[in-house]
Amino acid sequence: MTTGILLQILQTLLAILLAPLLMGWVNQCRAWLQGRSAPPIGQPYRTIKKLFHKDAVLAHDASQLFRFAPYLIFACMVLAAGIVPTIANDLPFSPAADVIALVGIFALARVFQALAAMDIGTSFGTLGARREMLVSFLAEPALLMVFFTASLISHSTELPVIVQTLAHKQFVIYPSLAFAAVAFWMVSTAENARIPIDNPTTHLELTMIHEAMILEYSARHLALIEWAVALKLFTYSALGIALFVPWGIAPAGDLSALPLAVLALLVKMMLGGAGLSLLEAISAKLRLFRAPEFLGTAFLLAVLGMLTHFLLEI
Amino acid sequence: MTLSYHLQVVNLLAALLLLISFAMLSQRRIVGLITLFAWQGAALATSTAIVAWSTGQHHLYWSAALTLALKVIAMPWFFFRLVRKLDVEREVETMINIPTTMLIGIALVIFSFNLALPISQMSGTVTRSTLGIAMACVLLAFLMMITRRKAITQVLGFLSMENGLFFAATSASYGMPLVVEMGVALDVLVGVFVLGIFFFQIRETFDSLDLKHMEKLKER
Repeated sequence: MTTGILLQILQTLLAILLAPLLMGWVNQCRAWLQGRSAPPIGQPYRTIKKLFHKDAVLAHDASQLFRFAPYLIFACMVLAAGIVPTIANDLPFSPAADVIALVGIFALARVFQALAAMDIGTSFGTLGARREMLVSFLAEPALLMVFFTASLISHSTELPVIVQTLAHKQFVIYPSLAFAAVAFWMVSTAENARIPIDNPTTHLELTMIHEAMILEYSARHLALIEWAVALKLFTYSALGIALFVPWGIAPAGDLSALPLAVLALLVKMMLGGAGLSLLEAISAKLRLFRAPEFLGTAFLLAVLGMLTHFLLEI
Repeated sequence: MTLSYHLQVVNLLAALLLLISFAMLSQRRIVGLITLFAWQGAALATSTAIVAWSTGQHHLYWSAALTLALKVIAMPWFFFRLVRKLDVEREVETMINIPTTMLIGIALVIFSFNLALPISQMSGTVTRSTLGIAMACVLLAFLMMITRRKAITQVLGFLSMENGLFFAATSASYGMPLVVEMGVALDVLVGVFVLGIFFFQIRETFDSLDLKHMEKLKER
């Protein structure tokens, strides 16, 4: 039990510490693919450190909600990162929430982000919050459908059971997961505010979604939000790994498999980050009004995955 | 359910075929459509070859090779050339907007899965469970032909339907006899060339490839 708790703490700390590294790696790959010279891989750490040393500036009209939202968002992401199995399976914390509750945790963070954006009363914040809500109410059902496809295979909505079924039992190819993987990629670009739904590097009012919401934040609040964004990307990548390429995650209570699990995690994250930046480099940002179509397609693909499961895998 | 691995790969390829059919339905650009068509052909050829290898049906190797040569290499090349010559690389025009088309597509998939279930239970082949997917591909390609305006996209829909039919034949009865397959392949090839010539004629007469204009050809 104590080893379980220690492992849990280790895994959560690893997620918190590695998240900016993943962000730096994605930025680096993206810069290379665009033919620019890349910022160093540790740049996100420096940004976060710099922001923590600055003095926070708050708007006059900011309420308690505005100050309190970054802490809540960061806490939600840490909670989510603790639940998703990244290096070891079936840790003591993971029964706290199944995949449906996990979607709820993400939704909680998003609601507070949008509320905080509207709290200041600037037009940009409201605009960003509205767009975020438009995108997320379409992304959420698609994400749930992806989870349901995996749940149908493993007969459980608990992530440890899903990982155990996919990774530690006899190897079977599940065609339905091919659909789910494509849908998951589409949803995760929308949820992580990346191309083709949102561009994380832009501050152009016509297109920005996530950046518009956090425009008013500064110093430690902004640092926490940036860190939470990195953690969210990390958690989504870990989710993708757990659902589609779970091989390498250490089985429950197997300490000897841990070094390999950490190595596998690093390699998979590197490949995943490179893939993400490649896809970002070759695709253009969609108009906002194309976003419902994009996410509708993701939803339909996930539903198709479920249908294929009933046709081919029973 | 534990199938042997090559059959699992065939199932995976069948799912990919359906995925590509949906991608074609949602694709807005003609060039992208042609690329997807080539990928569909590649998935079809691979799955046919695997079925041939796993069941020892040697004539299926020939049909896989035919598919590879015609639908992955020759026809996409021909279409790319055609598109460049006709200068129609812009967006595809659809009759119904794309989300609605996708919803109809899902309904078609459910319909064909249900329809294929009793039929595939009667079949004795190892690949019978993919029959539903093959039928869904046929119906989706049909839907694409109905909802698109331009002649090129309609022809691509027709060819993708042929892909679906071919896959249905493979999954239900290990393919048609070789002579029939050769005949069909030749037919499709000639058809594509004839339609290619038609495209130029249509454009010369109406200044566009939109088949809506052909409604004016009614006799008075």
